[in-house]
Amino acid sequence: MKWPLLAACILGSGLAGKAVAQDTDNATLEKGRYLAAASDCAACHSVRGKPEYSGGVSFSLPMGKIYSTNITPDPEHGIGHYTEAQFGRALREGVRRDGATLYPAMPFPSYARLTNSDIHSLFVYFREGVKAAPISPPKNGIAWPLSIRWPLTFWRWAFAPTPTKAIPRTSGEFTDPELARGAYLVEGPAHCGACHSPRAITMQEKALTATDGNLYLAGGAMVDGWTPPSLRQENRTGLGRWSEDDIVSFLRTGRANTGSVFGSMTSAVVHGTQKLTDDDLHAIVHYLKSLKAADQTQKPWTYDSTITDQLHKADLSYRGARIYVDRCAACHRTDGKGYPSVFPPLAGNPVMMQDDPVSLIHIIQSGATLPAMTAAPSSIVMPAFKHKLTDEQIADVVTFIRHAWGNNASPVSAEDVKRLSKSMPPPDMADDALSLN
Amino acid sequence: MGEKHVDAVIVGAGWAGSILAKELTEAGLSVVMLERGAERTTQVEGAYPDSIDELRGAVRKRLFQNLSQSTVTIRNTIDQTALPYRQLAAFLPGEGVGGAGLHWSGVHFRVAPEDLRLRSSVIERYGEKFIPEGMNLQDYGVTYEELEPFFDKAEKVFGTSGEAYKVQGKIVGNGNVFSPDRSSDFPLPVMKDTFSASVFRDAAKSAGYHPYALPAANASRQYTNTYGCQMGPCNFCGYCSGYDCYLYSKASPNVNILPALRQDPRFSLIPNAHVLRVDLDSTKKKATGVTYLDTRTRKETSLSADLVILGAFQFNNVHLMLVSGIGKPYDPVSNTGTVGRNFVYQTITSSRVWLPSSTYTNQFVGAGGAGVAIDDFNSMNFDHGPLGFVGGSPVWVNQAGMKPIAAATGAGGGGTPRWGSAYKDALINTYKHSLGIDAHGSNMAYRDVYLDLDPTWKDAYGQPLLRMTFTWKDNDIRMNQYVVSKIEPIARAMGATKMNLVHLNPGQPFDTRKYQTTHLGGGAIMGENPQTSALNRYLQSWDVSNVFVIGSNAFPQGMGYNPTGMVAALAYWTAHHIRTTYLKSPGPLVQA
Repeated sequence: MKWPLLAACILGSGLAGKAVAQDTDNATLEKGRYLAAASDCAACHSVRGKPEYSGGVSFSLPMGKIYSTNITPDPEHGIGHYTEAQFGRALREGVRRDGATLYPAMPFPSYARLTNSDIHSLFVYFREGVKAAPISPPKNGIAWPLSIRWPLTFWRWAFAPTPTKAIPRTSGEFTDPELARGAYLVEGPAHCGACHSPRAITMQEKALTATDGNLYLAGGAMVDGWTPPSLRQENRTGLGRWSEDDIVSFLRTGRANTGSVFGSMTSAVVHGTQKLTDDDLHAIVHYLKSLKAADQTQKPWTYDSTITDQLHKADLSYRGARIYVDRCAACHRTDGKGYPSVFPPLAGNPVMMQDDPVSLIHIIQSGATLPAMTAAPSSIVMPAFKHKLTDEQIADVVTFIRHAWGNNASPVSAEDVKRLSKSMPPPDMADDALSLN
Repeated sequence: MGEKHVDAVIVGAGWAGSILAKELTEAGLSVVMLERGAERTTQVEGAYPDSIDELRGAVRKRLFQNLSQSTVTIRNTIDQTALPYRQLAAFLPGEGVGGAGLHWSGVHFRVAPEDLRLRSSVIERYGEKFIPEGMNLQDYGVTYEELEPFFDKAEKVFGTSGEAYKVQGKIVGNGNVFSPDRSSDFPLPVMKDTFSASVFRDAAKSAGYHPYALPAANASRQYTNTYGCQMGPCNFCGYCSGYDCYLYSKASPNVNILPALRQDPRFSLIPNAHVLRVDLDSTKKKATGVTYLDTRTRKETSLSADLVILGAFQFNNVHLMLVSGIGKPYDPVSNTGTVGRNFVYQTITSSRVWLPSSTYTNQFVGAGGAGVAIDDFNSMNFDHGPLGFVGGSPVWVNQAGMKPIAAATGAGGGGTPRWGSAYKDALINTYKHSLGIDAHGSNMAYRDVYLDLDPTWKDAYGQPLLRMTFTWKDNDIRMNQYVVSKIEPIARAMGATKMNLVHLNPGQPFDTRKYQTTHLGGGAIMGENPQTSALNRYLQSWDVSNVFVIGSNAFPQGMGYNPTGMVAALAYWTAHHIRTTYLKSPGPLVQA
């Protein structure tokens, strides 16, 4: 989807702040467009079938449902009245134009790192490169008194860094300019930690930067039914065995020899990382590769052919083996190596070895569609098995793939699967992956 | 309010349409592709395991034309009254995005060079008198050398697996010794032989023939094609023909071209759009666009276009030309006109051979495009002189996977009880220990075999149905009998314990009730003479120069090979000449 590059002329009569239309050059607008992709704004603020950035993506929180806002330049429904200062404050400090605090679903503790120049570019882009959409998202479904926003202010004071503190912190961490760029992107606009870092009971990320310690990007709690894995160098559960090319390919096309994207990360690749330049992708990967394993105790994964040999001898005695052969092996092969990057490998795949098997159970229940990407137009489907396999069978096959080929992760029970049916994401609508012109 | 205008409108979302759409958008044109059937993507309908439901797929004919809306009428001879083809049987035209390119098997041949100039070749070798009275034997007007780059291009898009014989003049492998030189090898290594194919290979070799692996657009390993589209590897599951391949390993427009096209803002695809006619201007020499019906709303829409590409199924292209008034309809009595002329089929019979119960052919295993063939009795590869017929057949074991319902239906072959323990024994025996051998032959064109508009029957939209006048002719029956007679010694060498050899018999009429093949051809053929061909050598209408008609409708006679490879090469050939010549100066590419 490309919006025409016309300067939006409908800025509205009540426009506050300085008019920016005239003094903007195209380069700033394009930089803003790029940063909006790098910041993955669309993943939360765009809904398929609605105008881009017009909000309405729902977030289920323990106290109710909230919806992302319209961030188009519409003065009434969007952010057309925001000045650049107000825009910057919302992004970096989580403060709305009216002074209320945003729900921290908005990753302002990460965006706090955005430089003034980048804020300016984003402001120009959202003012001039995005078409105003006069629609409002649904009302938030949080009941009073939980809907009162002032406690959020205390949360913000307690846990969110100020830009003055955050900016020098991230940019000063690394002397190597490529690592510094990678750190800026990952810790700032890309806000990877919002999902991939663990959060405390009070919901703040336990670490916001690499220098905050080993918990940064060490794997987060379930988001929309998916458990974000560690992006650190753990051998089994992290990116320890992913090469630079693997990670770059994953971020650019959603698929790599080591695994394919699924779950919530899919939209981050579709809206965000696939649009990044080669240089920025490599900078991100160099930075990620510099993050030491949080868990240093993992025994390095090596391929174990015991199960493969059994299957090749038609020995289906291991729990779940028959279901695997019947339902999975056509694509993922009896040796678990798949046919990457079409069908991802299960042998050695970090998702198999996560302590928490929830992502694995959910992808088998709900399926997943790897959507078309600019650099990889094929959309590849993992079918949903919720209505084809019983809870017991899913538990068996998950246990099988967590065990086989050296994965050696813990078994799963039918009760686990049954319980997780509640958090099962809606079966992936593969139609969404289809960009029909 | 004016109609919507696009640079090019394409009728049909199969191979021909998709190839032209890709090429024309690459050339910078805005393209609308109209498909009368439903949208189909592998990630939705093709998802495992629903995609391999035989009842939904092959039995209820999910991917095929809905005959309740439009069909053809059929008769054997001119003096008969044609009746509608109401149940899919003899041939299975596709419907929906991907067309027949979604439900095909994947046998991906090039062409026997002499088939392109069969008339010249027969005359050179046997004299003009060798051609039977009433046979419209013709040349294509294009040579293998001219088409070679486009065969090559298509294979790299389709991800074709095979074993070459000759590449750039050098013998490189164990491929078909009768096959012509190639500019490059197959993009993917050859598919493995099934057990049945390897038995046939050995037996054919021992009989002195030249077995080779069928070129298959079933990927032998994962592949990323010219357009960045990805294929998975074939696992011989056997669900090819009639199914959308869940492994993404059988080439289809849906897997190999449309993913890339859908990303192009110049391209749009409108499903459920049944094209009623090509609109012509008052001179009848220029198309102004097309009019289509939204099959869900029954609303008619006209699209204006500079260029009209007909890429529908063979007989639908002919039908559209006839109902639109493009070219002169063929009249068999006066032997004039071109549209409907040289309607051809293929002469195919399938035989079955049973091996000892100690050998397992496991008929459930298979890949639609894989197998082992001999070309010793195909095309001009043998001496027709003493035999007195034109044409030939490859012979092959193409174990495409026998599905359970089909196996239970046809078990045992002719003469086997249809119930009881004898039936069950035959079913098991056939499924485990038998194999099929096909004579997949050519079919010549005849003056009284043709297509026209039916005077009586109309489709659901009020248009006359297309009428087929077709039956088997002596030349092709004798060709088939000769080739089938060559199967017997091969089967004996394989150790056959029982044989059910099937061939046509003299006087046997075409039977629409039994599946034979969907490889229909001709009716709007290419050639060098506007009196005997509807299209010039670039598949451009002689009469309406901004209409190109792509498909097996262009074949002057039915060849022994499967047609898709030839259709794809012709599509790229046409696209090349549209891009390099026509667009610079629209008009006839050949002066009539």
